[in-house]
Amino acid sequence: MPIFKKQIRQIKMISKDPLLFFVIIVLLVSLTLFILYPLFRVVVVSLQDQGKFSFANFVYAAKSWYMRQAFFNSLMMGVFTAILGTTVGFIFAYALTRANIPGRKFFNIMATIPIISPPFIGALSIIMLFGNNGFISSTLLGLRNPQIYGFRGLLFAQVLTFFPVAYITLRGVLESISPTLEDAAMDLGGSKWKVFLKVTLPLAIPGIASAMLVLFVESLADFGNPLILAGSKFPILSVQAYLEITGMYNLPRGAALAFVLLIPSVTAFFLQKYWVSKKQYITVTGKPTSSSNSVVSPAARWILFGVVCLFSAMILLIYITILWGAFAKTWGFDNSLTFRNFSYVFSVGFNAVKQTIIIAGLSTPVSGVIGMIIAFLVVRKNFPGKRFMELTSMLSFAIPGTVIGIGYILAFNQRPLYLTGTLAILLLNFIFRYLPVGIQSGVAVLRQIDPSIEEAAIDLGADASQTFRKITLPLMIPAFFSGLIFAFVRGMTAISAAIFLVSSRWNFMTVQIMSQVESGRLGAAAAFSVILVGIILVAIAVIRLLLRWRYGQTTSSILTN
Amino acid sequence: MSVKLVNVSKVFRDQDDKGKEFTAVSNVNLEIHEGEMVTFLGPSGCGKTTTLRILSGFETPTTGEVYIDGELVNDIPANKRNTSMVFQSYAIFPHLSVAKNIGFGLELKGLKPKEIKVEVLKIMEVMGLTPLYDRRPDQLSGGQQQRVALARAIINKPGVLLFDEPLSNLDAKLRVQMRIEIRRIQQQFGITSIYVTHDQDEAMTVSDRIMVMDKGVIQQIGTPFEIYSRPKNLFVADFIGRANFIPGKVDKVSDQEIAILIKGRIHLFPSWNKELKAGDAVAVVVRPEGLHITGKGNGKSGLGSGKVLRVVYLGATVEYEIEVDGFETSVLAVTYNPVQEGFYKTGDLVDIDYEPISAHVVAAAR
Repeated sequence: MPIFKKQIRQIKMISKDPLLFFVIIVLLVSLTLFILYPLFRVVVVSLQDQGKFSFANFVYAAKSWYMRQAFFNSLMMGVFTAILGTTVGFIFAYALTRANIPGRKFFNIMATIPIISPPFIGALSIIMLFGNNGFISSTLLGLRNPQIYGFRGLLFAQVLTFFPVAYITLRGVLESISPTLEDAAMDLGGSKWKVFLKVTLPLAIPGIASAMLVLFVESLADFGNPLILAGSKFPILSVQAYLEITGMYNLPRGAALAFVLLIPSVTAFFLQKYWVSKKQYITVTGKPTSSSNSVVSPAARWILFGVVCLFSAMILLIYITILWGAFAKTWGFDNSLTFRNFSYVFSVGFNAVKQTIIIAGLSTPVSGVIGMIIAFLVVRKNFPGKRFMELTSMLSFAIPGTVIGIGYILAFNQRPLYLTGTLAILLLNFIFRYLPVGIQSGVAVLRQIDPSIEEAAIDLGADASQTFRKITLPLMIPAFFSGLIFAFVRGMTAISAAIFLVSSRWNFMTVQIMSQVESGRLGAAAAFSVILVGIILVAIAVIRLLLRWRYGQTTSSILTN
Repeated sequence: MSVKLVNVSKVFRDQDDKGKEFTAVSNVNLEIHEGEMVTFLGPSGCGKTTTLRILSGFETPTTGEVYIDGELVNDIPANKRNTSMVFQSYAIFPHLSVAKNIGFGLELKGLKPKEIKVEVLKIMEVMGLTPLYDRRPDQLSGGQQQRVALARAIINKPGVLLFDEPLSNLDAKLRVQMRIEIRRIQQQFGITSIYVTHDQDEAMTVSDRIMVMDKGVIQQIGTPFEIYSRPKNLFVADFIGRANFIPGKVDKVSDQEIAILIKGRIHLFPSWNKELKAGDAVAVVVRPEGLHITGKGNGKSGLGSGKVLRVVYLGATVEYEIEVDGFETSVLAVTYNPVQEGFYKTGDLVDIDYEPISAHVVAAAR
């Protein structure tokens, strides 16, 4: 039993550092309790019918034409969003890293701004532009019954919402492909098109596959866009699970749908993590090599520029629409400007604004610190259960919010963990849901910090916690804050899980926006969205300023060392 | 403090394939005396760094015992051991000033800032670092970082000082300068030291004794002279310096002498290697400077005659590659003071000569 012996040795080593031992135990227990247990409850409840073990819920789901359709639609949306979103993301990434088009800074902002907005902002503005009283469909074209609900509208909204994720991934991939490789290929006599097809594209394939899988997961998990845009003729799984629970009060059936939703998401996630990401090429080592970079012909350059312009225009249109809608008297009928929507929002939803800030503001730092600790443990320490810790904590990325939301209401509605309707359930959900953000940025920095720097501290007499506090953490601070920004944004804009957990006491802005949309008050929804994006922008600016003020000179040098 | 390793082995298991094993260190026995400086020398992957890390506590030996100052330390974690390490990458804390880096260990011990400052200034003075007190690490040159790392290690007054290839990131000139300085400081403080390197010049310069390792196994432990002039086996002879290997066979062994049959003639050598017996295939190790070249017909030792294949003139020395009649491989000879000893040209016929005392017999098989 050599393997078992090794674990005993590891335990012996860790137990010499009681604090480390304690932290590991607490983390393992809470990951199990707040990530795995809710999922377990989803599975258990989905297999119950009137209190007894039964496959009835799954039989219902399989037999019902409507549910089969929802499953099929969700998968189809996922596939199309993945393909189109990745294509658009690749075009942006290629145009910005390789084609030397004018206005790259501007396009970079356009391609990243959807990431800091609520994910349903696209859907909202599409309704405002092309819906029943839409500005383009009704006001400009005078159409009576526009066909925007369903597949086309939702696809459009999801591509615009999620292509930035692909863009960021692929920009990283393309930047890591040394331009000298392309120079070499051209030098060997390849035409520009051939160089792209035979060198650039093949090297980017793992990145493209990875982006597609991520987008597939995002699309499946998306809740806000389908809730607004899918309509009743085009059912989507995440929305149906929600409706089963909030509309029909059928928890087991909702749990069963959630379970069905979970399978493709988790499959795609593991494919991405353990198969595709291992195939990544690294062609830049050491200093980035500059290149004359004429791999893109002038014609191709202008075509790329055109496409990038077109999409940026659409994104601008979305934001202008939201902004205008927020200030319009009655969108679609009287588009003249007013502050009425904002005063309405403040009278109705001021508490939601306050509570959202409290929830996101409390949960993100906690989530960030735990994420850093887990990153540290996973990268630097050996202990039994390390794989488990890594997997469970990253799992949150793969679990659609709908599923985890349902899981939380199923798991924490009875003693001793009766949390329904409390602030705690929202905080816990947010902390564990956005853990991967902190972990990822933490792992990335740690890989750049020479392990012998920490060993030097230990060698000089520091124990694990002193090493972490005095050496590792200060070096991780910049990454910690950039992770924090991202986690805060995701927390502020979350909807799919939050919608199950809000109560009359604790409400959430995004949920309020949804209910405004549902009751047709588009102006109020837009005003709410504007406030939300405003808060996010202010928060980002504050964190950035803090960082510059506190770590101004040193942040860059720490990473290059 | 003294250091002792008893039957220390380290086996790494493959993370993905638990069946795969790699023995990094195999059955190492070593004793290092108080105040001694010992070098672990060997090609990369020979287990020298792993052995060092076992001593520092960063690796636990799979089997065997580690003693520091007579005390068994197998179960004592790295931060509680009385060792200080100078890292290959220096491992300067990038977010702390030079003074904070050097005083880090004292700060952990709970000394007052005033006391720390006194100690830090004292050591900085010794190391010639005084003007750098408030500098940030990214403003230091490689040599300065090296000094800071050394100062940080010795300020704790460790029982054992460990060097992990400390000079490999410096340029050649600085390397020569620093190794002399390291030796000076080590002797000044009298700290027991272990020094890992793959550079034999470095090992020769700094060590009292050298431990040559290959594939996790100790090949030889000895003074620089023993390692170079009396190598125990073919590996050591080949790894340290340049050498000619002349194949032969043991004819007779006595207490004082060993008779080797080379090309049908008996040659007598002092008998240092007691493990050889009659009939063993051996290699006679002659360093290039141990071979003399004379004009054809002047040779005394009867090793043979041959033809000059290649001449490399280096100013202070001249190197000759010579094809010797009856040898499978050519030999390398070096003459010093060529002006006096005379020059030979490519194609010249020469005799090669040697003194038995500058030759050494090892077993042919490794």
